Amino acid sequence: MRFRAKIVDLACLNHFSRIINTIAKLAKTCILRLTVCKLYFILSDKVANGGASMWCELSQPSLSSSSRIVTHDIPVGVIPRRMWNDFREPGVPDFDVSIYLPVLKTMKSVVERMKNLSNFIVIEANLSGEMNLKIETDLVSVTTHFKDLGNPPWASEDGCQSSAQGRDLESMAEARIDIKKLQQLLAGQQVNPTKALCNIVHKRIVHFILLHEEVSLQYFIPAIA
Amino acid sequence: MCDFLCWRRSDLTSCARIGCVRFPGRPLCSRCPAMPFSAQPPASGERYALSASLDNARHLSSLLRAVHFQDHATCLATASGLRVTVEDAKCIQANAFIQAEIFQEFSVQEESVMFRISLSVLLDCLTIFGTSSLPGTSTALRMCYRGYGYPLMLFLEEGGVVTVCKINTQEPDELLDFDFCSTKVVNKIILQSEGLREAFAELDMTSEVLQITMSPDKPYFRLSTFGNAGSAHLDYPRDSDLMEAFHCNQTQTNRYKVSLLKPSTKALALSCKVSIRTDAQGFLSLQYMIRNEDGQICFVEYYCCPDENITEAEL
Repeated sequence: MRFRAKIVDLACLNHFSRIINTIAKLAKTCILRLTVCKLYFILSDKVANGGASMWCELSQPSLSSSSRIVTHDIPVGVIPRRMWNDFREPGVPDFDVSIYLPVLKTMKSVVERMKNLSNFIVIEANLSGEMNLKIETDLVSVTTHFKDLGNPPWASEDGCQSSAQGRDLESMAEARIDIKKLQQLLAGQQVNPTKALCNIVHKRIVHFILLHEEVSLQYFIPAIA
Repeated sequence: MCDFLCWRRSDLTSCARIGCVRFPGRPLCSRCPAMPFSAQPPASGERYALSASLDNARHLSSLLRAVHFQDHATCLATASGLRVTVEDAKCIQANAFIQAEIFQEFSVQEESVMFRISLSVLLDCLTIFGTSSLPGTSTALRMCYRGYGYPLMLFLEEGGVVTVCKINTQEPDELLDFDFCSTKVVNKIILQSEGLREAFAELDMTSEVLQITMSPDKPYFRLSTFGNAGSAHLDYPRDSDLMEAFHCNQTQTNRYKVSLLKPSTKALALSCKVSIRTDAQGFLSLQYMIRNEDGQICFVEYYCCPDENITEAEL
């Protein structure tokens, strides 16, 4: 026996179920990493092949505390230590624009409708707090404009505020992504996160960060040409 | 390059390129966004064959849903308002009427403007911000159509978020003419919709036809189905509370394909009253009176041909 844990508090159990439900919407199987004080759920499809990847972190205190006992044995495949390097916390990419997401409920409605119209969606945003969601097909084009979203301040390694210093505030960074992946991510958010933002690397990748009190979820969706 | 005049917020500087509305008196720019409605002046309209504004897009989307049983619809705009027509199998036609008074602004430049459009796409755009009606929130809509060959432009706004849609239009279809006028009506009744709702929602779909009997004598008004489990008859007496008007001159029994009539259940669900009329050939007209959230009245009608497979001998 290498690991044993007990969740007893009903609120904690519910909290844990909600997290699992959110992740379940994004992946059928994933890697579970256990350390002394944190749990990590990791999904890494080969990003180069267009797969999305996810990194979700929970701190232990949110899971501990009271009692009813149900036992489920879930088969796992243990990952040998030599492969652990494949599953490290992703670094924040060198993004072009970082922006807070709009109200998730609105974003969810819009993306759900757009999903009926197209398989791909373009997300573009600038450092003036503006984000556009766009779809375009032979039949129809739809663009939703969000304003005044705010851009999170990122400190660079030398301590001063940066990222994309000197970048034209109006200039949009964009990425065209699989709309289903975005819809799945938004559909999984049952509770409003404390902070929700995304980093866009122009035409390469969109990196979503959703922060709740005890949980952080990062989701990477690669751009499609 | 956009040939419309526009601006973004209070700056007259650059803006993102999307379809846009014309605002006279502003400098040209190469990229133009849609503006929140509060900042938009009314467009002059002279370049638009059809231009309309609606404070609550649901007044339009809920009616269109009541006729959404095929992907495509033909839209006809005249000074009286908008008529959206959907047909199937050359046997059934549904029309949704949204009269000009429902709109805050409605202007048609020529005598009439007509185009064919994907109703599914139009509905997805009109409900882009969701379909749940939170009290106090509504989506504002502006609709513009430049004329033959141009796309239909929609500008939708809710809570400061603006969505711009550009939907391609096609050559309008030739529509069926049921030639159903009041002088040719043989039998007519007006019922309160609540009386029919359950009956239509529970129509025996294993029956190929819905048989409607209207008569000055018993059974007055009868709906019948003939399904796998047997036949079912539902009678409405002429003195029923639900019966608002009863004008039947002749006993008529007609059958209509259930699959064609079933979509009318959506219109029935929205309506408060329904008028049921038949002519000498057995053509059926169902007219639904629908009250919207603001208490305004709109109409949806369904026309259906009788099922030709049934001979007189079988009736």
